[in-house]
Amino acid sequence: MTEHIVLRHRDIPDIGQLEVYLKHGGFETFTDVVKNKSPQEIIDVVKASGLRGRGGAGFPTGLKWSFLGKAKPRYVAVNADESEPGTFKDREIMEHNPFQFLEGVAICCYAAEANHAYIYMRGEFWDNAARMEEHIQQLYDRGFLGKNLFGAGFDLDFHVHLGAGAYICGEESALLESLEGKLGMPRLRPPFPTVNGLFSAPTVINNVETLTNVPLIVSRGSDWYRSFGTEKSPGTKIFCLSGNIAKPGNYELPLGTPFRELIFEHGGGIPDGKKLKAILPAGASAPILMATDEVLDTKMDYESVPNVGSQLGSASVIIIDDSVDISWVEYKITKFFKHESCGKCTPCREGTYWMLHILERIHEGTATPDDVDLLDSVAQGVQGKCLCALGEFASGAVVAGVERFRSDFDLKVASQ
Amino acid sequence: MADKTVTLTIQGIEVTVPAGTLLVDAAKQAGIYIPVFCYHPKLEPVGMCRMCLVEIGRPKKDRQSGELMTDESGEPIIEFGPKLETSCTTPVGEGWVVRTSSERALQGQKQIVEYLLTSHPLDCPVCDKGGECPLQELTMDFGSGKSRFLYDEKMHLAKHVPLGDLIFLDRERCIQCARCTRFQEEVVDDPVIGFEQRGRSLQIVTYSDPGFNSYFSGNTTDICPVGALTTADFRFEARPWELKQAASICPHCPVGCNLTLNTRRQPDQDGRVTIQRIMPRHNEAVNETWICDKGRFAHHFTRSPRRLSSPKIRRDNDWVDCTWEEALQVVAKAVKKAGDGLVGVAGGRASNEDLFAFKKLVDGLGGKALLADSMGGGDWVQKVGVGPGTNLRDLGQGDAILVVASDLHEEAPVWWLRVKQACDRGADLVLVNPRATRLDKFASTRIGCEFGEAPSVVSALSDGMASPEGVPGRLKSAAKKLAAAEHLVVFYGQEGLPAAGSQALAEASAALLINSGHVGSPNNGLIPVWPHNNTQGGWDMGLKPTTKGLASALDGAKAIYLMASDPVGDDPKLAEQLKAAPFVVVQDLFMTETAREADVVLPAQAFAERAGTYTTGERRVQRSYMTLPPLGEARPDWLIVSQIGKQAGVSFEAGSVVSLFAEVAASIPAYGDLTYQSLAEFKIEWPPVGGDDLYFGGTSYSNRQGLGIQLDHVQKVGKAPKVTWTQTAHAPADQQLLLVPVERLLDRGTTVVPSDMLANRLQARHIEVNPKDAVRLGLQDGAEAVIEMNGSVHKIDVVLRDSVPEGSALLPRSIGVPAVEPKLAKIQPVREKQTE
Repeated sequence: MTEHIVLRHRDIPDIGQLEVYLKHGGFETFTDVVKNKSPQEIIDVVKASGLRGRGGAGFPTGLKWSFLGKAKPRYVAVNADESEPGTFKDREIMEHNPFQFLEGVAICCYAAEANHAYIYMRGEFWDNAARMEEHIQQLYDRGFLGKNLFGAGFDLDFHVHLGAGAYICGEESALLESLEGKLGMPRLRPPFPTVNGLFSAPTVINNVETLTNVPLIVSRGSDWYRSFGTEKSPGTKIFCLSGNIAKPGNYELPLGTPFRELIFEHGGGIPDGKKLKAILPAGASAPILMATDEVLDTKMDYESVPNVGSQLGSASVIIIDDSVDISWVEYKITKFFKHESCGKCTPCREGTYWMLHILERIHEGTATPDDVDLLDSVAQGVQGKCLCALGEFASGAVVAGVERFRSDFDLKVASQ
Repeated sequence: MADKTVTLTIQGIEVTVPAGTLLVDAAKQAGIYIPVFCYHPKLEPVGMCRMCLVEIGRPKKDRQSGELMTDESGEPIIEFGPKLETSCTTPVGEGWVVRTSSERALQGQKQIVEYLLTSHPLDCPVCDKGGECPLQELTMDFGSGKSRFLYDEKMHLAKHVPLGDLIFLDRERCIQCARCTRFQEEVVDDPVIGFEQRGRSLQIVTYSDPGFNSYFSGNTTDICPVGALTTADFRFEARPWELKQAASICPHCPVGCNLTLNTRRQPDQDGRVTIQRIMPRHNEAVNETWICDKGRFAHHFTRSPRRLSSPKIRRDNDWVDCTWEEALQVVAKAVKKAGDGLVGVAGGRASNEDLFAFKKLVDGLGGKALLADSMGGGDWVQKVGVGPGTNLRDLGQGDAILVVASDLHEEAPVWWLRVKQACDRGADLVLVNPRATRLDKFASTRIGCEFGEAPSVVSALSDGMASPEGVPGRLKSAAKKLAAAEHLVVFYGQEGLPAAGSQALAEASAALLINSGHVGSPNNGLIPVWPHNNTQGGWDMGLKPTTKGLASALDGAKAIYLMASDPVGDDPKLAEQLKAAPFVVVQDLFMTETAREADVVLPAQAFAERAGTYTTGERRVQRSYMTLPPLGEARPDWLIVSQIGKQAGVSFEAGSVVSLFAEVAASIPAYGDLTYQSLAEFKIEWPPVGGDDLYFGGTSYSNRQGLGIQLDHVQKVGKAPKVTWTQTAHAPADQQLLLVPVERLLDRGTTVVPSDMLANRLQARHIEVNPKDAVRLGLQDGAEAVIEMNGSVHKIDVVLRDSVPEGSALLPRSIGVPAVEPKLAKIQPVREKQTE
C-alpha cells in the first residue's frame, strides 16, 4: 500500500494532534462543505465513490444517506461499539487519527442535515472516550462545532455515549435502544433507522471506519477513491489480522486483496513451522473457511468472499493453524454468542444456550457420537428464524464448523 | 387507507381484509390458526417468540416496470423467500400466497416449541396454569412430543419471586415474551416491571416500591402465556378444571366491568363454595379484556366470617338472632304503622330489582324513598347520557373528552385506561380539576380551578363554545377544541362538591353538550362517575338523593328503612338521629355503623349469591348471574323487600328476580324493551378470547352470557338547563383548611378490607396537605394532627404533597374521618407533652 486513507497516522506522525491535523488540511473540507456545498452534493459524491459500510454489512453509504426520511430533527449515530472478536480497527483510528474521523462525522451530519451526532462507544473504550471528549472540546474551541458554524447557519453538536459492555449494541437498532436508555435489544425492521431511528427521528448510523473515509472522498473526489479496490467494492479496507500469524495487526489494503497476500506477504505467514488450517474472515460472525488454495486466492471484497461460503464482514481475519481443534474454536465462538445473546428472540436465546451445552460436552469428553448430529440439527434449526443477525451468526458458525471440519468433531467424540 | 382491502390466499383459502391487517389476524379471521406466544391483539407486535413463522409467497414484479410477472398460463408468478417470516409483524399484501402449515412452516414452529421447552421446567402437574396454558396447548399441537435436550442441563431459577403483594413470578416458567411488560408500558402507562440481564438470564423484575405498583397488575397474569405470573389470590389454590364459571358484573364502580367468577367447593372453608378467582369477561364496549385490581382481588368480603347470616332483633339493648318470620313481622308492622312517616334510604350498590322493589314498597306505604349516594345529576344522565352504541374505543383523532371534578384513575380505573387510550389515538382531552391527576399527562388542555368551582368553569366553557369572544383566555383553546370535536364525551364527578354542586355540574355539563349538539348519538354525551356501581340504576328506578342533607330528611321520621347503605359511617352525627327514631331497620351485608343503631338487622346476599341487573354510568344494563350458594340465612334484597311488602299490604307479583325485572320493564319506560333474555344476547367480538386454541394466549374469558344493552333516551332533551347553584365561598381562616374528601381505589371500605392480600396496598390513614400550608399551620410530614370539624375531633397523620392545592387538605374516604362533602376544618399539630 502506497498511501493510507484511513490509517493516515502511519504516514503522518502526530496527526492525532489537532494542530498537526489542521496543518495537513484538516477541517478544510468540512469548512468548504458547510460554506459552499449543498447536502445533496455531498450525498452524490459519496454515492459516486461507491463507499460501502465498513461495519460488516457493506451497505452503500451514499445510498443509505439518500434514504433519509424528510422529518426533522434528524440524527447521526456513529457505531463505535467495536465488539467483534478479532476486530481492532476503529480503536486504532480513534486513538491515532481521531480528527479525520470526527471531520467525517461532521460532514455526514451536514449531508444528513442533522444537528446532533451521537458517538456510541463500547463501554470498554472508557479511556478512549475520555480522550474523544477532549478532542471534541478542542473542536468547539476552534469553532468547528457549535452554533452557526462559519457563519453559514449550521449548528452542530457531538455527544459521546458509552455502552455498558454488550456486543448486541453494535447491532444498529439495539444501539439506538441503548442510546435511548433502554435495554440493548434489536428493533423490528421495518421501519428502518433512516426513517424512524433515534428518538423516532430519521437517523444515519455509520461505522467509524466508514466515516473516516469521507473527508478524503469529498476533498479528492469519487474517481480518486475508485482508483483503489474493485469496481463493486471500491476503496481500501482495514484488515484486522490475528490468530496464528507471524505479524498480527491492522493492514489497510485495497479491497480485493487476496487472502494469500494478506496472510503470507503482509502477515508474514504462519509461525513455528505450522500449517494454515482455517480462516475466520470476519471474527466470530462469518462461517469458518478451510484454507484451500481456492480460498487463499479469493479476493477479499464484498462479492468474492460469499462465493466461497463466508462473508467479508468487518474483515477481522483470524488465522487458525493445524494445531487447533475446530470443535474447540466453535466451542469458544458459541460461548461468546451465548454470553452476548440479548435474549429477545427464542431461537437465539435458547439455541445458543443449547449449542453451548452440547459443545461443552464435546469439549469435556462426555459427548456421544450422536451429539455432533444433534449439534448440527439444533444449529440448523436456529438458522433463518432469528430477529437479528446475532443468532444467525451463532448458528452459522456451528453449521459451517461441523460441515467443513466434521472430522475434528468426530475425533473428539470417538476418542471418549 | 381504512377503506382499502387486500386479498390474499392463506392455506388455500382466499381472504379479504382491511389493508394493514397483520397476517396472523387475517388468518384468524379466516379460521386458520397460526400459533403465537408474544403476539397479543391488544399489544404492539414485537416478533420475539418467533412461534408464528410461516412461508410467505409474494407476486413477482418486473424490476423496471413494477408490473406483475405472469407464467405461461397467465397466472402471477409467486416467489417464496428463503426464510420463514413472522406473521405477527407482517401486514398482509395483495396477491400473497401464505403457507401456514407447510412442512417447512410446521418444522419451524416445531423447532421453536422445542427451544422454548429446553429451559422450561415442565412442572405442569403443579402449575396453576396447567389445563389452560397456551404453552401446554401449543406443545401438544406443534411440539415434537419428546425433548432432545438433556434434562440435567436445564437451568434452575427462583420459583417464588414476589413482584409485589399481588403477583408472583416463577422465573423458570417465564418464556420472555414481554407481554406483561408491554401491557404495563403500552396499555396502562405503569412501566413498573421490565427485563433485566440478557440472553438466557433475561428476567422480569419490578422497579417500583412497593413492588409491581399498578392498579392493573392482575391483567398480566391473564395474558401471561405460561404459568410464570400468578396471583397471590389463586396461586396453588385450585386446578382450572375444578372450577365452575359464572358471569358477573363487578360490584365496585360505575364502569360495570364484565367478570367471570371461578368458584370451587373449598376444604378450608368448611366445604363451602367460594370464589377462587375473578377474571375479566370480554366486552369490547365496557372493559375489553381488562379489569382493575380492586375488581379482581376485592371479593373476599363475600366469604368474610363477619358477614350477617341471620336476622337479628334488638332486645334489652342486646342483639338476638331471630327467625325471618319474626323479623319480617316486626318490620312490616313498624313500617306500615309509620305510613308517611317512613323514610327509606337505599344505596347504589343494590341491583335494579332491589331498588325498584324498595321504591315501590316505600311509595306504597306513603313514605319517602331516597338514594343514599349524595352525588347529583342522574336525571340529566337520563336525558343526555351517552347514546346507545357508545364505545370509548371508537374515540380518537377529531374527538374530544372532557373530564371534570373527577380522578378517574382512582374512581373508575378502566375508564381512565380507555380515556388514556383515546388520547393515544389522538383524541383531545380537556381536564377541569382543582388538582393534578394521572390523566394530566395525556390532556391537551388542563384547566385548573378551585374546589367547588367546576360547575361555573364548565358553564363558561359552554358559553365559550357558542361565542368565542369574551371567553377568558385560559378557556379559549379548550372551548375551541370541544366545539370542533366530532364526538364529545363528558365525564363528571363530585370531587370538591356538595350534592347540590354535583347536580349543578351535571346541569352545566348537560347544557354544554346540548348547546354544542353532542347529544342523542353514539359516543356523545354525559358519563357520571358515580360513587357506586348502580347509582344510575337507582336514579332510573326513581330514587334521588336529598339535596338538603340526610339529617334533615330523617328529621322526625317515624320509621327508617336503610338498604345497602351506611350513612352513619360517613356522618356519625346521624347515629343520634337513628337512636331517636321510633324504629330503624337495616338490611346489609355487615354489621355496619348504621346497623348498630337499628332495631332489626336483616342479612342480605352479596352480589355473587344472587342474580340481578345493574346499570353502568354509560347506561348499559347488564346481567349478573347467581354464582355462590346463599350464606347462612341471607336473602336477596329484592326478596326481603317484597316479603315485607306482602305482610305490610303492598302487593308484589314478584316470585323471582326475572318476573320482578319484567315489572321494572313495564314500569320504567327506558327499560321497556329489556328482558333477561335480551340482556343475555351476545355476539363474538374481535379479538376472539378464550377459545380452544387459546389464540388470545391467556385465560381471559369469552362472553357467552350477554353484552348488556345500552339504554336509549326516552326523555326529551329539551332546553339546556340554567345553572343556578354557586358555591359558598370558603376562605380558610387561620388554622383552617378546606377538608376535601377524595376517592381512592383501594379504600378501607367493608368490601375491600376483608381481602388480606390487599392489606399493604390499602389507602393509608392520613390527610394530604400542601407543604406551604404545613408551614403556616405548623404541621410536619408524617406527624399527627388534630382535626376539628362540626364539633367533632379526630387525630390523623399528615403527609405533605406538592400536588395538593394550597388552602385545602385531601381526605381519602373511608379512613376513619367521616366526611360527606368538603368542609372547613381546624387543623393543628398534636403537641407532644413536655416530659419533666
